[in-house]
Amino acid sequence: MFKSLGTPPPLPRWAEVLLLPLINIAVAFLACAVVIWALGENPREVLWTLFQGPFLYPGNLGYTLYYATNFIFTGLAVAVAFHAKLFNIGGEGQVTLGGLGVGLLVMSLGPTLPAILMVPMVILVSAAFGALWALIPGYLQAYRGSHIVITTIMFNFIASAIMVSLLSGPMMQPGQMSPQTPPFPSNAVLHKTHDVLHWLGFDQVANSPMNLSFFVALLALVGTWMLIWRTRLGYEIRGIGNNPDAAHYAGIRVPRIVLLTMAISGALAGMMALNEVAGAQQRVILNFSGQYGFVGIAVALIGRNHPVGILLASLLFGALYQGGTEIDFNYQSITREMVTLIQGLIILFSGALYYMFDPWLARILALILPRKANPEGGPS
Amino acid sequence: MKTFLLAAATAVATVIAGSAFAASHGNFKPAVIYDMGGKFDKSFNESVYNGIKRFSDETGIEVMEFEVTNEAQREQAMRRMVQRGATVVLGVGFGQADAINAVAGDNPDVNFSIIDVNWLNQPNLRQYAFKEHEGSYLVGMIAASFSKSGTVGFVGGMDIPLIRAFECGYQQGARAANADINLLGNMTGTTPAAWNDPAKGAELTRSQIDRGADVIYQAAGGTGVGVIQAAADAGKYSIGVDSNQNHMAPGSVLTSMLKRVDVAAYNTMKDAMEGNFDAGVYNLGLAENGVGWALDENNAALISDEMKAAVEDAAAKIISGEIMVHDYRADNTCPVS
Repeated sequence: MFKSLGTPPPLPRWAEVLLLPLINIAVAFLACAVVIWALGENPREVLWTLFQGPFLYPGNLGYTLYYATNFIFTGLAVAVAFHAKLFNIGGEGQVTLGGLGVGLLVMSLGPTLPAILMVPMVILVSAAFGALWALIPGYLQAYRGSHIVITTIMFNFIASAIMVSLLSGPMMQPGQMSPQTPPFPSNAVLHKTHDVLHWLGFDQVANSPMNLSFFVALLALVGTWMLIWRTRLGYEIRGIGNNPDAAHYAGIRVPRIVLLTMAISGALAGMMALNEVAGAQQRVILNFSGQYGFVGIAVALIGRNHPVGILLASLLFGALYQGGTEIDFNYQSITREMVTLIQGLIILFSGALYYMFDPWLARILALILPRKANPEGGPS
Repeated sequence: MKTFLLAAATAVATVIAGSAFAASHGNFKPAVIYDMGGKFDKSFNESVYNGIKRFSDETGIEVMEFEVTNEAQREQAMRRMVQRGATVVLGVGFGQADAINAVAGDNPDVNFSIIDVNWLNQPNLRQYAFKEHEGSYLVGMIAASFSKSGTVGFVGGMDIPLIRAFECGYQQGARAANADINLLGNMTGTTPAAWNDPAKGAELTRSQIDRGADVIYQAAGGTGVGVIQAAADAGKYSIGVDSNQNHMAPGSVLTSMLKRVDVAAYNTMKDAMEGNFDAGVYNLGLAENGVGWALDENNAALISDEMKAAVEDAAAKIISGEIMVHDYRADNTCPVS
């Protein structure tokens, strides 16, 4: 029921889960208000825009969830690897390769197969290519001792170079200048949510790039939870994360688990291509990975590497991306750099400084609440 | 889970419902959407910004603007501008081609214009493309005839066909002026970071100077600042791009290849305001004054009368069709290497 957190009195669980995040967000908004006020705008109006932007304007919830889909995939990728204490910084490259795989598959098969066969193949191929791209650094870590951080970062550059040479060469759509493939035939795409809702009779739904891969992302969240906490492999992953030597002694084949963990992590990252390539753009464009692979690290950290936390963190990031766009639209005096600053402040307070108020809050609560509510530790 | 999905779907349906916006027309409302570099990139976007600023200063009309930070925002920004009653929307750069194609198709009553694109087809879309290879040909001639070492270099930004077209035009011009000229060429990188890496630009420039180059042409956005600086530091010469960069290191910048995107931006707004907006493709080359080379007080001492005469002669021949400058983008090959 209660969780011990160090020398100050332990914080009740309800306070840790509900009160602490609320206080952090309140402080974050206060800091933003000061910045906005210094810029000469009305903090209340701007912050209201930041809230309205993601949720209330027509079509914008779609954008929020579309961004969140990217963050769910890349956040999960980082989290799975982190449970084995592997820092997968290569999400960006794995996303790129996932998209490349989808592009190669669709361009080689064309519109021949029905969607019922093609779409599952697209999903599998995105995961397989991402997994393969993570497997190589995983192998180098497990059997050759090359540090995973270094190799995954370097593989980002290799992936980017492969993508550029293919997209500005053999895969490029003729007759135009952007490094991108021709549009995908309709059998290979994950349809936009607004199209689906139009078919279902909701005629007024506004356009957004949100597509069915959002629901794939939700399945991935559940799947990851099952994997980490409900399977033997998950137990072994957490085992080598806690202590590789003990895990080895207990009979876990550490190098093999490292390989598997990286493959799963890469597969999750590669599936981000579903949202961008098969869903939103419906073609491979250059840089569709858009730094989401790196932001996934922050998402996993804020989400405490737990699927529920990652879902919430992804929604927060999605809302910030979308709300930031709205601020940029509404206020010419607030440039996109200032928007990034405001987003950064919120991430700083809700993520990096998460436990800053913990001891104070715990002491205050210990004073207010009756002692019997605190049977395990008690204030010192 | 099921209830959550249902709840989510209903939320999506209800909250994003009701977007049937009718854009108000009648009064002129211009908008511009800058691309990833941002409007103060000292290069392409900033040149557009200068054209927009000139229009605003002359007419007193404020132009709505937005700088995109990721791919998905392009279409969103255009739709939002239309919702806000924009009557003409200018997209900056070929990256916005797909977005503007979709939004222009959905909004036949609104005028759209885009720079660096010529392959779309919408009745309400004006497209500006530039013959960068023609302007690059001229500065290539200047480079080769100015060079004392017999080696001239090129530093590109991101390795894409557009930048290859700059390089290829430059090399053709250099070979035309001096058939024995030695050509060096480097691309800064393969990601958009290559547009804004002055340190690497300087590094590549120094390496080309070590290999004998004494004139280096750059088409690399913000990276080009490093090229100009490194050439000036080494006592060698550089060539600017897009806008007139002669002033950035007077006496060291040999000339600049001008690409008049500011004129394209200005004309879009002006024509739309005066009701003269027409759709179609504007291919701007030397003949249309869309590209050119810069001669001002900063580089007057470097350009001899013979060089000037030779370049003007070549420009006239390109306009008349006597000289055909090969466009790398036509077949992704360059006749010179």
